[in-house]
Amino acid sequence: MDMPAPSPAILARKGAIVDRLRAMLPPGHVIDDPAETRAYECDALTAYRCPPLCVVLPTSTEEVSAVMRLCHEERVPVVPRGAGTSLAGGSLPTADAVVLGVARMTRVLETSYEDRVIRVQTGRTNLSVSMEVEAEGFFYAPDPSSQLACAIAGNIAMNSGGAHCLKYGVTTNNLLGATVVLMDGTVVEICGPEAEALGLDLLGVVCGSEGQLGVVTEAWLRILPRPEGARPVMIAFDANETAGACVSAVIRAGLLPVAVEFMDRPCIVACEAFAKAGYPDCEALLIVEVEGSEAEIADQLSRITEIARTFQPLEIREARDSAEAARIWLGRKSAFGAMGQMADYICLDGTIPVSQLAPVLGRIGELAESYGLRVANVFHAGDGNMHPLILYDANAGEIDKAEALGADILRLCVEMGGCLTGEHGVGVEKRDLMETQFRADDLEAQMRVKDAFDPDWLLNPAKVFPLHVSASRRAAE
Amino acid sequence: MLTPRNEAELSGMIRSAPGPLAVGGGFTRGGVREGEPLSVAAMSGVVLYEPDALTLVARAGTPVAEVERVLGEAGQRLAFEPMDLRALLGTTGEPTLGGVIATNASGPRRVQSGAARDFLLGMRFVDGTGMAVSNGGRVMKNVTGLDLARLLAGSHGTLGVITEVALKVLPAPEATMTLSFQGHDPGKAVACMAAALGSPFEVTGAAHDAEAGVTRLRLEGFAQAVAVRAERLARKLSAWGAAEVSEGPGDWAAIRDVADFAGRAGDVWRLSVRPSRMAEALALAGGAQRLDWGGGRAWVLVPEGADLRGRLGPFGARAVLARASAETRAAFGTFPPEEPAVAMLSQRLRARFDPRGLFNPGLMAARAA
Repeated sequence: MDMPAPSPAILARKGAIVDRLRAMLPPGHVIDDPAETRAYECDALTAYRCPPLCVVLPTSTEEVSAVMRLCHEERVPVVPRGAGTSLAGGSLPTADAVVLGVARMTRVLETSYEDRVIRVQTGRTNLSVSMEVEAEGFFYAPDPSSQLACAIAGNIAMNSGGAHCLKYGVTTNNLLGATVVLMDGTVVEICGPEAEALGLDLLGVVCGSEGQLGVVTEAWLRILPRPEGARPVMIAFDANETAGACVSAVIRAGLLPVAVEFMDRPCIVACEAFAKAGYPDCEALLIVEVEGSEAEIADQLSRITEIARTFQPLEIREARDSAEAARIWLGRKSAFGAMGQMADYICLDGTIPVSQLAPVLGRIGELAESYGLRVANVFHAGDGNMHPLILYDANAGEIDKAEALGADILRLCVEMGGCLTGEHGVGVEKRDLMETQFRADDLEAQMRVKDAFDPDWLLNPAKVFPLHVSASRRAAE
Repeated sequence: MLTPRNEAELSGMIRSAPGPLAVGGGFTRGGVREGEPLSVAAMSGVVLYEPDALTLVARAGTPVAEVERVLGEAGQRLAFEPMDLRALLGTTGEPTLGGVIATNASGPRRVQSGAARDFLLGMRFVDGTGMAVSNGGRVMKNVTGLDLARLLAGSHGTLGVITEVALKVLPAPEATMTLSFQGHDPGKAVACMAAALGSPFEVTGAAHDAEAGVTRLRLEGFAQAVAVRAERLARKLSAWGAAEVSEGPGDWAAIRDVADFAGRAGDVWRLSVRPSRMAEALALAGGAQRLDWGGGRAWVLVPEGADLRGRLGPFGARAVLARASAETRAAFGTFPPEEPAVAMLSQRLRARFDPRGLFNPGLMAARAA
């Protein structure tokens, strides 16, 4: 993975740029000490690091606008950053870029239960949005597994999903409006608490644009009434194919579980060793969760187990109370921790049509074997969002091999009718694979949108689009 | 009328078009269009349907009726409930899937399931330079690259001609029940609907007929669950009156299609206002009123030529002209003026996707505020 060389002219002007930023922001909002900018040298994709020119931490839309206007004037690239939890390197700086972090913008601006909306500054964490409305019986639906740490800004940038999107959708389905600051400092209010966009759906293209189009400083989010209860059932199978067929049958029967999680044998073994959740010895495990009143939960679970029985499962374990539910989720929720203890790992998130689950798992196993690496699979089966975890030993120099296997797996996802990333984003991690999914014209159309929002290509450049594809646009700055 | 049979033909027609094109499917939305008509109706047919994966891919010209029939045979449906406005608008023609997506046409279930754009998984379109573009895909979760599909949805054909769409579909429910309340004014109706939509009972429709004073709430799902929820919801809402409970599809198709205003003289406007301010907006609007989406959308019937945007004051920027004479449309514009920054971005996007200004000129690009 290459990044463009930093501009010597900008590096030479660092002192003057930092002084101008300091002059417009309250004390302590500009960081340029190399010891401190190091904290911003990467996000959760730690394989790539580069300390930025400096870091600014504004507290309002006005301050963000002033910073952007200055950077635009100085022709300095800006790398927006939420909480820095991107797994795709969405916030990876270059040495000549100003990192604009929204972490200090955490205020709740308005809550309306009558309109079922909340308006927040986007540095607020995902979970704290739900906590804000919890007492009134509401929640914010998208729940990426990093929800304790990740910021709404990053959720919007990456169009984050979560375990429950089969029923509730992803960020784009729960975002109603946004205050967006363009690279030249222009503040744009896009939609709001009203149901309908009356012009072009700018919000739809801003959401998931990975900081390519603007910095979202405030957001109107849909809040939903919390279901009365939720409970999982765990179903064990002796083959991936059978588990996949069971998922299809459940969906075909008109049931819409709130989550369907799938774990394969390598993952089950690792989780069991780590968390001792009492998972059975099997090839594939499904955790299916349903929501509603006690009676509705019981009814749905009985329909699901009735279907599952026709596939001769090794075991069906229904949670009868919250302690049993927690135990069923324990292993799944500790999957990443379990892997981390065993080895270094790369987590992919390619998505495939759910009908292709079994063949794709088979091919992943063959690919892993050919590379001499282990791959554990845990994923959202209801929506086909895979999470193959490639285990490797960084100390043994296996990183390149692991990345090559990862690229092969993602190519496989595309080949089977899927995509490179279902929820983590492209960032720098999948940037150079974009041409496996898109033709030149498809990328050209996407880049035209960036041209419209950021004509000088100063905002989070060198991400999403392969460098050679975006070269002429970036050079024009 | 240009009727391309495939993307290649369409690209050629766009490249060689001497002037504006009136892009459409079945042209059921009415309104006066400038330019030579171009219909995608000949690009028709379901390309892929996997009920197990809740996925449907179809060409843009596929009739909505055909899509609904195919889904219905497998016990599934388009959950966003696209409306059929032919009776209201006095138009003929066959509503197409591409038209539904291009106008983001979404019925009462929007309050619970979302709009047409929320079910969009991917799209193919041809832009104003004749370039064919594929965006998104056919899988449920996809954040690969910029989301052009959603940008094109609701763009009324002004950024590109949609040729194919991939949609998430959902199971059709086993049972439907409706709770009706009498004697509501819009304020009371909105409060009642807000209480219902804030409950955990998954209300899938919340509408109000301001002339009859009736508020209706819909529940859908497995029969037993719906019956229990109806009873609990009626109890929860007892402060708003006694609910009459009925089984079956009820009046929801008529509510969706604003059928009450079909055949009644006057202009029809569509308001999009947050529910908590809707009663205030409607007091300014006057006329005959229907509320949908829990009070987030209103349909207002006013005498021909009335300046509803003027009357609405601060809410004027939230009003779209749905049915009117050519003169009234020319006087007021279909869409309200946009904020300058939004107008600037929209104009820049149009300039890049349709540099010659071929597609439905003047239909959407309202004058800046």
